[in-house]
Amino acid sequence: MLEVTGVETFYGNIQALRGVDVSIQQGEIVTLIGANGAGKSTLLMTICGNPRAASGRIAFEERDITTLPTYEIVRLGIAQSPEGRRIFPRMTVLENLQIGATIAEETYYEEDVQRVFKLFPLLCERQHQRGGTLSGGEQQMLAIGRALMSRPKLLLLDEPSLGLAPRLVAQIFEVIKEINESEGVTIFLVEQNAYHALRLAHRAYVMANGNILLTGTGQELLENDEIRAAYLEGGARKTDVGQSGNA
Amino acid sequence: MLGTFEYFVDQAINGVTLGAIYGLVAIGYTLVYGIIGMINFAHGEIFMIGAFVSIIAFLTLGLLGLTWVPLALLLVLIATMMLTAVYGWTLERVAYRPLRRSPRLAALITAIGMSIFLQNYVQLLQGARNKPLQQVISGGFEIMREGDYVVTLSYLQIFILLLTIVLMVVFTLVIGRTSLGRQQRSCEQDRDMAALLGVNVDRTISLTFVMGAVLASVAGLIFLLNYGVIDFYIGFLAGIKAFTAAVLGGIGSVPGAMLGGLLIGLIEALWSGYFTVEYKDVAAFSILILVLIFRPTGLLGTPDIEKV
Ligand SMILES: Nc1ncnc2c1ncn2[C@@H]1O[C@H](COP(=O)(O)OP(=O)(O)O)[C@@H](O)[C@H]1O
Ligand SMILES: [Mg+2]
Repeated sequence: MLEVTGVETFYGNIQALRGVDVSIQQGEIVTLIGANGAGKSTLLMTICGNPRAASGRIAFEERDITTLPTYEIVRLGIAQSPEGRRIFPRMTVLENLQIGATIAEETYYEEDVQRVFKLFPLLCERQHQRGGTLSGGEQQMLAIGRALMSRPKLLLLDEPSLGLAPRLVAQIFEVIKEINESEGVTIFLVEQNAYHALRLAHRAYVMANGNILLTGTGQELLENDEIRAAYLEGGARKTDVGQSGNA
Repeated sequence: MLGTFEYFVDQAINGVTLGAIYGLVAIGYTLVYGIIGMINFAHGEIFMIGAFVSIIAFLTLGLLGLTWVPLALLLVLIATMMLTAVYGWTLERVAYRPLRRSPRLAALITAIGMSIFLQNYVQLLQGARNKPLQQVISGGFEIMREGDYVVTLSYLQIFILLLTIVLMVVFTLVIGRTSLGRQQRSCEQDRDMAALLGVNVDRTISLTFVMGAVLASVAGLIFLLNYGVIDFYIGFLAGIKAFTAAVLGGIGSVPGAMLGGLLIGLIEALWSGYFTVEYKDVAAFSILILVLIFRPTGLLGTPDIEKV
């Protein structure tokens, strides 16, 4: 469904991606893990054409999208909940969802809003509140809900669990799974929370310094010693296990 | 007479008429500033072009023998809105879009350059002399009298007020309730995110210039009807006043631009009525400075504290 081949991206003179290859099949949950500054967010944004790939090729459903403008790329069925959530602060929750539906057919609107409210009942309560007044967790839900409003085929999620309370993290992961399983949305998930992400994902990529280091199924990477040492050992794992017990 | 309530009402009516012009032009400044963070210094010239299109349209209709005033007004209104919109759209395409990612100073200099260019363009095409127009809407009715002093509300003033109110209501609804308005606000708040949701940012910015130009063209028509004479230079001062109004109301805020326009119009009219015409501009600018000292974001502007 998505083929990224040899993509390089620069910010001025800084090279953030150094020839990245990623391939995602329809219906999968694929996760991308890696340390801060590895280039994960840059990859998601490059897929959407901002910043643009300096070289390499990005194809979505067999179609070359490397040089399309952002708004046309997303019209093909790619939605993103970006790093930092980027909720429109002076628009209400409902307006944020409406703007998310810009490229969707109008007839779907009511149904889609209800679907998002069902996934995140809190957003329904807050629908007339301004986006800027929501808490971090609520903004994250809104960012995901907003992305879903366009009925994407491929959903790009950039660290949806960042800064959330443990109970919320578990809830967000549940929702991601549900979106994938019951709605058939393909998911490309960037996560710091490697343990959770690897357990959820069908396949995974590990990124460092703008390169893909390793790829395999979630299970394979969970059992990989290097990965355990680099991303899973320490406090993170224990708390993660505790949370999944609650969820 | 100077101390009477009737005199005050008379001046206030003039002030509101003037305020309608400033307010309509100010909305264009505020919309464009909101969406691309730039002061479009050529916007006063768009207003001037709106007045010129109006006068040409009136004269053409006159030549064609169309003299029924309501129809003539409607046709002129449509003509000036459409043609001036083309100027607003072209201005953005030619002068500002190529500079969207360049330093602010480049855009500012371009804006001033476009302003001078448009003035000269109209001067060349239309000549430097005043262009007068016969009174189109005459008559009115008496609303008050104090001895010999009669306060009338002219049909022209009623027309101006109604037109302004209708336009402001329509545009407030467009911005607040429609998909286009939401797209404009999303571009204002986070352009890259808007694009990520499928908003065509370039098109939205173009439409914002078009909206500003449409409102300015109506202000130009009102100016022409109210004063009966225009020249290629009217955009300069009106532009500065309207810009002042936008800043006074809080740049970026549409209700602020309307309020600012109304206030500047009233200050100017009352100052000229009670003190001296010479210093009316000083009065308006002094009020602006005072407001900005105590409320740097203007009367209705919101500081960006909510930004995440
Ligand atoms: N807007 C930017 N301008 C310049 N450099 C950037 C920008 N965004 C990211 N970078 C740099 O690109 C590299 C990759 O960043 P990023 O993709 O955000 O990594 P990650 O999401 O994996 O933490 C980092 O070195 C970062 O400093
Ligand atoms: Mg990141």
